[in-house]
Amino acid sequence: MVEFLQFTLSGVSFGMIYAAVALSLVLIWRGTRLLNYAQGGMAMITTYVAIEVVYRTGLYWAGFVVALAAGAVLGALCQVTIIRPTMNKPPLNGVIVTIGLLTLLEGLAGVFFGGQFRSFPTAFSVRGLRIGGTPLGVSRYDIFVAASVLVATLALAVAFRYTSAGLRMRAAAFNATIARLSGIRVARVLTVGWALAGLLGALAGVLVSPSTFLYPNSMDTIFVFGFTAAVIGGLDSPVGAVTGGLLLGLALSYAGGYLPSGANLVPVVALGILVVVLMVRPDGLFSATKVRRV
Amino acid sequence: MSMQTLPRRLGVAVVTAVIVWLLSVRLSTFRDFQIAEVAVEVTAVAGLTVLTGLSGQISLGNGAFMAIGGYTTALLMLHLNWPYIAALVASGVVTAVAGGIVGVAAARLRGPYLAGATLMLGVALPALAAAYQGFLGGDQGLNVVFTAPAFLGATFPLTRWQAWVSAAVALVTLVLLANLCYSRIGRNWRAVRDDEVAAALDGVNVAVTRVLAFVVSAICAGLAGSLLAIVTSLVAPGAFTVTLSIALLTAAVIGGLGSLPGALWGSLLIVIVPTYVTDVATSHGLSSSVGSNIPIVAYGAVLILVMLAFPQGIQGGLHRLLTLFTGPDPKSRRAHIPHVTPPADEPAASHHEKEGTQ
Repeated sequence: MVEFLQFTLSGVSFGMIYAAVALSLVLIWRGTRLLNYAQGGMAMITTYVAIEVVYRTGLYWAGFVVALAAGAVLGALCQVTIIRPTMNKPPLNGVIVTIGLLTLLEGLAGVFFGGQFRSFPTAFSVRGLRIGGTPLGVSRYDIFVAASVLVATLALAVAFRYTSAGLRMRAAAFNATIARLSGIRVARVLTVGWALAGLLGALAGVLVSPSTFLYPNSMDTIFVFGFTAAVIGGLDSPVGAVTGGLLLGLALSYAGGYLPSGANLVPVVALGILVVVLMVRPDGLFSATKVRRV
Repeated sequence: MSMQTLPRRLGVAVVTAVIVWLLSVRLSTFRDFQIAEVAVEVTAVAGLTVLTGLSGQISLGNGAFMAIGGYTTALLMLHLNWPYIAALVASGVVTAVAGGIVGVAAARLRGPYLAGATLMLGVALPALAAAYQGFLGGDQGLNVVFTAPAFLGATFPLTRWQAWVSAAVALVTLVLLANLCYSRIGRNWRAVRDDEVAAALDGVNVAVTRVLAFVVSAICAGLAGSLLAIVTSLVAPGAFTVTLSIALLTAAVIGGLGSLPGALWGSLLIVIVPTYVTDVATSHGLSSSVGSNIPIVAYGAVLILVMLAFPQGIQGGLHRLLTLFTGPDPKSRRAHIPHVTPPADEPAASHHEKEGTQ
């Protein structure tokens, strides 16, 4: 029973990180109809930026803030320079460009920062919390992780719901042509969407790196888990993305804990979940029935 | 069409075989190894270029299918002492089954999902080797014993025999693929790629067509993985990373998606340029981690630049050069240039990007 509680709580903590990645993918998908394969690579680069800042200044929070800012700038920059030119071409071109961006970023990280594993500091203690004498399997840091993603998600939800910028973004995602006719600068709105997605990805990178170490490919696995979470949620729905992240985090935590040699099998279990979801509900668990346009 | 083109294709294959034979006899052992590497690469890239260029699907998991082929070969030769040719065929069959399973899931998906699912495959499969240490050998992998046949004499260099075997498999694969692409199946692939609904209305079974393309590309990757096992005498998870899948995609894109000659140009570049660049980098005193990452930077830059500036790749460029001298040749235009980019006057409304905007 104690074991079950531990797996559940650590599943929630990791699930929130997958949720952050999934949410960043959903943001871009709703605006651009493109799955950004470079999301993990962008997060990896901004985490390297954070680690350099932390080492130079000795301040965790300086690194944290710089990483989020770098994520937003990188997202906007990529959208303007290489994504915008693919937008009137077949979707395959955009997909290949984001794969190229991922590869480019991972290669550059290898050139400038080397391939060795680097440890990333945490803001809070990673010692497991206990109630009475019973270990809970979570630390203060895990609570910080879950709380940060929750705050970011709620802030986004509020911004989308109650600000005029949020309304413009929803309008542009709903129907770009009509939004443009109503005087919304759709191109700029899409850039802002990429910036927000970059920020969320950077948050996920900074939060997950103390547990995974940082190296050029370190975000690959986190990205595919985030992608799986987004697919579970239907790629179109922010609520679905967060729920999908939590569900996946729990499922993988139980699989890693209870299966024999489970830790090695986690990616295989995630692949199984992805395939099953795609076979049963290809549009995700939370999406309404869609009409395919011809 | 097939009456004229089949002999032509066989002719091209025979000429290439003679060139490979001459090169392998004349050049050094290291060049033999490179010939074998190019043959491995082109076998996998050809399958991927057909999948992406003709059927409009994309895969980041062909490195994982290569792993399946490689491990099948290694296990059969290690435990059951199968002769290589039987292990090769078995590898093709096993990857066909694996490709079928992924393909059935993939057929429900459109472009963006599919690449994600295959990327997942590429990330997940190497983990299996670590999970089943005893059977799959963990990080060290499995050794493959492959020798030249006795009738060639005891002094015959093994690398030359490896080059011959891989080149032979690659050529047979290319000829078969070329025939497949211009058969009814190939036409169905293009029809589904260009307009799924129109193809379905014309009686093409869209799902079956998609799965078939996926299976064909998986088989090619499986054969390539089997060849890689005997060329490097080893199968280990480190050889089948996502970077390998991305290298394959880069080769297909730079050669020109959908073009088999393009697959050869792309494979040549992918094999020869990284070795050269790494040599130059290390000889200029750069550290090995810089040298080994420069090719990866180049893959990324090439994928982006080619897609933005020359979506038809090398083969498309060669064609444009050719038509400058000979004037447009309607037959070969239709046959070779994939519609990766629609003409500017064609509305993009028929493409999938409009789906689901409701």
